[in-house]
Amino acid sequence: MTVAQPEAINFECETGNYHTFCPISCVAWLYQKIEDSFFLVIGTKTCGYFLQNAMGVMIFAEPRYAMAELEEGDISAQLNDYEELKRLCSQIKRDRNPSVIVWIGTCTTEIIKMDLEGLAPKLEAELSIPIVVARANGLDYAFTQGEDTVLAAMAARCPEKAPVMESEKEERNAIAKLLNFGKKKEDVASDEAEYVKHTPLVLFGSLPDPVVTQLTLELKKQGIKVSGWLPAKRFTELPTLEEGYYVAGVNPFLSRTATTLMRRRKCKLIGAPFPIGPDGTRAWIEKICSVLEIEPKGLDEREKQIWASLEDYLQIIRGKSVFFMGDNLLEISLARFLIRCGMTCPEIGIPYMDKRYQAAELALLEKTCAEMGIPIPRIVEKPDNYNQIQRIKDQNIDLVITGMAHANPLEARGINTKWSVEFTFAQIHGFTNARDILELVTRPLRRNNSLKDLGWDKLVREEAKV
Amino acid sequence: MKLAYWMYAGPAHIGTLRIATSFKNVHAIMHAPLGDDYFNVMRSMLERERNFTPVTTSIVDRHVLARGSQERVIDNITRKDTEEHPDLIVLTPTCTSSILQEDLGNFVERAQLDAKGDVMLADVNHYRVNELQAADRTLHQIVQYYIEKARKQGNLPEGKTEKPSVNIIGITTLGFHNQHDCTELKRLMADLGIEVNEVIPEGASVLNLKNLPKAWFNLVPYREIGLMAAKYLEQEFGTPYIDITPMGVVETARCIRKIQQVINEQGGDVDYEDFINEQTLHVSQAAWFSRSIDCQNLTGKKAVVFGDSTHAAAMTKILAREMGIHVVWAGTYCKYDADWFREQVGEYCDEVIVSEDHGLIGDAIARVEPSAIFGTQMERHVGKRLDIPCGVIAAPIHIQNFPIGYKPFMGYEGTNQCVDLVYNSFTLGMEDHLLEIFGGHDTKEVITKGISADSDLGWTKEGQAELNKIPGFVRGKVKRNTEKFARERNISKITVEVMYAAKESVGA
Repeated sequence: MTVAQPEAINFECETGNYHTFCPISCVAWLYQKIEDSFFLVIGTKTCGYFLQNAMGVMIFAEPRYAMAELEEGDISAQLNDYEELKRLCSQIKRDRNPSVIVWIGTCTTEIIKMDLEGLAPKLEAELSIPIVVARANGLDYAFTQGEDTVLAAMAARCPEKAPVMESEKEERNAIAKLLNFGKKKEDVASDEAEYVKHTPLVLFGSLPDPVVTQLTLELKKQGIKVSGWLPAKRFTELPTLEEGYYVAGVNPFLSRTATTLMRRRKCKLIGAPFPIGPDGTRAWIEKICSVLEIEPKGLDEREKQIWASLEDYLQIIRGKSVFFMGDNLLEISLARFLIRCGMTCPEIGIPYMDKRYQAAELALLEKTCAEMGIPIPRIVEKPDNYNQIQRIKDQNIDLVITGMAHANPLEARGINTKWSVEFTFAQIHGFTNARDILELVTRPLRRNNSLKDLGWDKLVREEAKV
Repeated sequence: MKLAYWMYAGPAHIGTLRIATSFKNVHAIMHAPLGDDYFNVMRSMLERERNFTPVTTSIVDRHVLARGSQERVIDNITRKDTEEHPDLIVLTPTCTSSILQEDLGNFVERAQLDAKGDVMLADVNHYRVNELQAADRTLHQIVQYYIEKARKQGNLPEGKTEKPSVNIIGITTLGFHNQHDCTELKRLMADLGIEVNEVIPEGASVLNLKNLPKAWFNLVPYREIGLMAAKYLEQEFGTPYIDITPMGVVETARCIRKIQQVINEQGGDVDYEDFINEQTLHVSQAAWFSRSIDCQNLTGKKAVVFGDSTHAAAMTKILAREMGIHVVWAGTYCKYDADWFREQVGEYCDEVIVSEDHGLIGDAIARVEPSAIFGTQMERHVGKRLDIPCGVIAAPIHIQNFPIGYKPFMGYEGTNQCVDLVYNSFTLGMEDHLLEIFGGHDTKEVITKGISADSDLGWTKEGQAELNKIPGFVRGKVKRNTEKFARERNISKITVEVMYAAKESVGA
């Protein structure tokens, strides 16, 4: 018998006939994240209908986004794009006074070749308000990649030089001192002393503010200072990006942003696994430390502590199988974490796989599988949902992570499901939130546990096919 | 270009999909980019559908833009034909395919050569019609297709059914309370001794459409969907149709009297007057409610009504004619049908508003300050902001508007449901008002204090700020857990770090 060679990851590509959200959905979380922004989606009723329904109650909360709904006259170029956009943007400026208007290009603007990138600078000058253009359309991208296109466009707007020059620093500090009134001088100094001296580090990826605080504190424990975050809470607070700065991504779907930061802004990318799950968070911090030449401390103990606190949830999922149908690009990181938790995973569906940007994550997946002694999942890019459902039925899967289009029908057939979109909106990053991921993953299993004696597993009549 | 935040009626392809997926064993294939299959999510969530929604997408991506769909659409049609053996595949154009102007008709013809089932291209233009018009058109198109097919094959049934019979036309998936209305209408027909020949499209098989001409008459309960098909059947077979919505006591009676007339004209001999009388006075509670002192208290109260034509018109008549409520204005978003709406409600309200602009509707509500609103989910929200109760009577709707319990709006049970809806809306408003006058239920200060109320622990400014970021409904719990954690460890100042350490230890 030959000794099994460490097998390489097997990548496949199917038909691309799968269900996912349109990338314009990114406005839902980005308008909330960037508080002084306004998102204008330039598209049709179809886009509007999607946003209206996908965002549920949020739509009623006077959102800082709107549709520029294209009419027949726009499509056939009877109306002048520039004049139309000027009219709408003036109205937005008057009613909402945002610090930036983000134009979201859609399938329709692509097809009719509306030159948004060309129109924006002209209109920006005329209305004197920044206009950022992101082409987040369904022809090219899936769901979370929408955020990637927006952040890549924002990266171009980050200031190039730190705003304060050496000469002004004293003056500014004087004001800072005034503002620090009551805070002892030593305290301010000691704040700085907690950090090791290193090349500035900027993180990219939109996360809820509490998670930003958590990850920032996590790095602070290692003496690493986070100089800025793309995106910041406000457009006017975008971080400085000088040539040679380090950047690190917090989400697996940000490959365009990473490329832009490297090529356009000449930053150095720290390629690390993503801080999802305690294993991912530790690997992320370790990689950043190693690049910044800092000896990480206390991580081993911290990770162990987190795992110990997860034990009750781990007991529920250990040895069970999970199947990712694929729709938000978080799949590789989540699968890696769940495998570490003791699950098996025959298939990871994913809309798009950037093997370079996700290289460290893929390596960690491979390593995790080897250490847990389970086969490496097949990674299916552009999956075909119909085929996947046949495979799910054949393989007797314990948990399917899928979109809402399939969740109820699968549940009715006795298959446990978790709605994948929740992972996009829940807080899943860092050590602190590992429990939240498992809370989501185990929920269907816990629920169905409490129903299991009722005999209500299969609730559809399988009609005989003629 | 139009600045829009909210729309009342969806895009055209949604209408086509609602019709296609209402039929049994019909599959729709959308010619659309990735992410446009949101219809599947809505059907699966709102209707809590147990089966996979029979809609797939023939994806339009960069390659399609560069080279055209070529064989792809045809391959997708024939593939679905072999996988699921549907009776009919409806190729559905979207806004994207409207601009691409590919020859989808040609694809359909070529796919038909290989497919065992029938293949059809939905004839809707995204930029000309909305969801409701497209649904009406698609239903007409499918009916026409199968009638003509049967005619060609010579198996169109001759003559009418022996006993009086009806087709109920226009019951669809994702329609407002359509399932319940359908049950109620079938029950009403049974009470009247009328056989239900076919119900379309919900739950129907396209193979049975050739039986439609056997019915004595067609009943179209909803103004928006089914009229085109009914007019087509009238033109082809002389089958009369009734488009009186049996919603409210008076309208239900009017609908039944019309049925009586139509049946008697075809040689039947029916008299429904006793039935109407019995139902009105003793079975339905609505007529009695109108006389009761509860309803007296509603006299002259101001209300506004907004929705699709069917429900807004019917509700306006119920409020004004049956309950003596003052309808200040009634409106609809079905602009294309504005004349009909004006004619229906003109005498029952002070003003008619026809608009698709939710901002204008919101302003119109604020302007008249009614005691209650009857509208869509959007008006419910306006009501929330203005502290005015709202009963939801029309789409767009949320999952709460797909109740599991039996809640028809039509027929005699429907009249009872309408009474509850109207009465509950108004009393809630009254209760609120009284509470405000008397300063709430309990005017004394609460004496018992929670654990967190007399805290001996200090929060740092940053900690407090971080705590404030946590959504209000869990903030109290997080605060308590964090303080408990701090107390156990003799920490006196709660910083952000302590807060998250607490979260990690107790999962707060």
